[in-house]
Amino acid sequence: MKTRNKWLALLLTGILVFGLAACGGTTDNGGGDELTGEIAIDGSSTVFPITEAIAEEFNAVYPGVRIPVGVSGTGGGFKKFIAGETDISNASRPIKDEEAQAVADAGIEYIELMVAYDGLSVLVNPDNTWVDSLTVEELKMIWAPDSTVMTWSDVRPGWPNEEIKLYAPGTDSGTFDYFTEEINGESGAIRPDFTASEDDNVLVQGIAGDKNALGFFGFAYYEANQDKLKLVAIDNGSGAILPNFDSIQDGSYAPLSRPIFIYVKTASLERPEVVEFVTFYLTIATDIIPDVGYVALPADKYQEELELLN
Amino acid sequence: MNMKLYRARHRKNIFFHGLLLACILFSIVVLGLLLYQILSTGLAWLDWDFITSMPSRFPEKAGIYSALVGSIWTIGLTAAFSLPLGVGTAVYLEEYTNPKSRINQIVQVNIANLAGVPAIVYGMLGLAVFVRLFQFERSILAGALTLTLLILPVITVASQEAIKSVPKSLREGSYSLGTTKLQTITGVVLPYAMPGILTGAILAISRAMGEAAPLIMVGAAGYIAFLPTGPMDSFTVLPVQIFNWTSRPQIEFQNIASAGIIVLMVLLLSMNAVAILLRNKYQNRME
Repeated sequence: MKTRNKWLALLLTGILVFGLAACGGTTDNGGGDELTGEIAIDGSSTVFPITEAIAEEFNAVYPGVRIPVGVSGTGGGFKKFIAGETDISNASRPIKDEEAQAVADAGIEYIELMVAYDGLSVLVNPDNTWVDSLTVEELKMIWAPDSTVMTWSDVRPGWPNEEIKLYAPGTDSGTFDYFTEEINGESGAIRPDFTASEDDNVLVQGIAGDKNALGFFGFAYYEANQDKLKLVAIDNGSGAILPNFDSIQDGSYAPLSRPIFIYVKTASLERPEVVEFVTFYLTIATDIIPDVGYVALPADKYQEELELLN
Repeated sequence: MNMKLYRARHRKNIFFHGLLLACILFSIVVLGLLLYQILSTGLAWLDWDFITSMPSRFPEKAGIYSALVGSIWTIGLTAAFSLPLGVGTAVYLEEYTNPKSRINQIVQVNIANLAGVPAIVYGMLGLAVFVRLFQFERSILAGALTLTLLILPVITVASQEAIKSVPKSLREGSYSLGTTKLQTITGVVLPYAMPGILTGAILAISRAMGEAAPLIMVGAAGYIAFLPTGPMDSFTVLPVQIFNWTSRPQIEFQNIASAGIIVLMVLLLSMNAVAILLRNKYQNRME
């Protein structure tokens, strides 16, 4: 019975092609709510799942508001924000000086709202028996632009004399910017010989299939792939700490626990649907954010930001 | 007859046959693996609800309704723009200019080159021209115009080839009856060339339907929970939605991405089926 339904669904998709085009918009939820309008959002793919989840919840209450959420990356999102094309920009790092300058030059004012924490996780293959923790200095030694580290034994004596294979997010991502800034001291500064991908799932596959791999990406990707990866504790001088919801929230997983943001155009806040959406965002963040694999801020932080809105 | 030589030639013959068979088997095996992979992960997630639901952060609730409707809108507009422009260009180049003239040849080389430009370049062009300069913003119209530019060279080249294949005797027969150029083109040349034009057009439009990169550039969103109602609405399309799901960490989203691929495939196959039907219709009429 179930399979028959599937074939029916397949067949009907074909019919739908010709039927739907004509009546595309007639099934709108009439919803008796007063709020309408469109809130244009774009930016980081790291922040996307959070904003998407909140937009979904928001639409359940206010079906009349349209909220298209794009995924151009943090930098790409700011470009659209500067061009005045978006009301809200998702960002997995703070706005850069030159971006802030361009926004100001365009005559756009904005407020910055921190919405969650993400723990940049450092990962190795589960067959890697020697690495349990790395110090920040060791990370820097490995990833620095002038790094001479080629094998594991270059990092710590006693580790195997086998080549390290490095995996990292692509240079357009805020994750990449944040890691290089915190570890190498300059955003974008990194050795050239690593495997880069804008798709973190590719990094997961790479590390899961290579005994000598070392890489980093957002905690949510580790959480969904725990059986394929081994998490590395990070020692910043006060002991090795593994990233988890507690250590990321209380900041003890430093320096790789990072805040993520939304940037809201001040002029857009004059529209009732935008104010309502941002208020809604900060109000339900605590409940929604852990669902999508991120760490919520302490409750009073959201309260402060809500007051900032008014 | 030297039997040895004969056997050697015969062996070569069999070997060549086998080589060609291997070529086609390679494609078929790869295609089969792909289909198996997609069907085995996607079918379990594909049901009527999947087709009529909006995207969601819960994979079991998520659907592709907005992307499907967005794709139909975008492709519909793309076809409406690109067919007249492409066929018109081809008719002009073939019927109204001297194909051997210098200008014509320069135009020809350029069209052929444009057909090979990577899609993302058209995306950047679309962002600069349609989104920013013409102020169409992140709309279906901007997306459809970008895709039109992308497939216009392909449609033009295919139409030119089809028009070239119309026998000269047919044209001359038409003229001998005292028809004008317009009458000859619409009454003889285009109907005869139509199967070829349609085949080229459908291939080009199918390509446009599978494009994600230029539309992401133009601003197709990753999350759209409403249906577009006009060409100025923001939108998403199936390939963008599928791409977005594959980049999520949770395995369930990768499974619904497969279900989305199946829907896209059905859409493409039904478009191709329509093209074949139309082509057969015209071909029968010619014979």
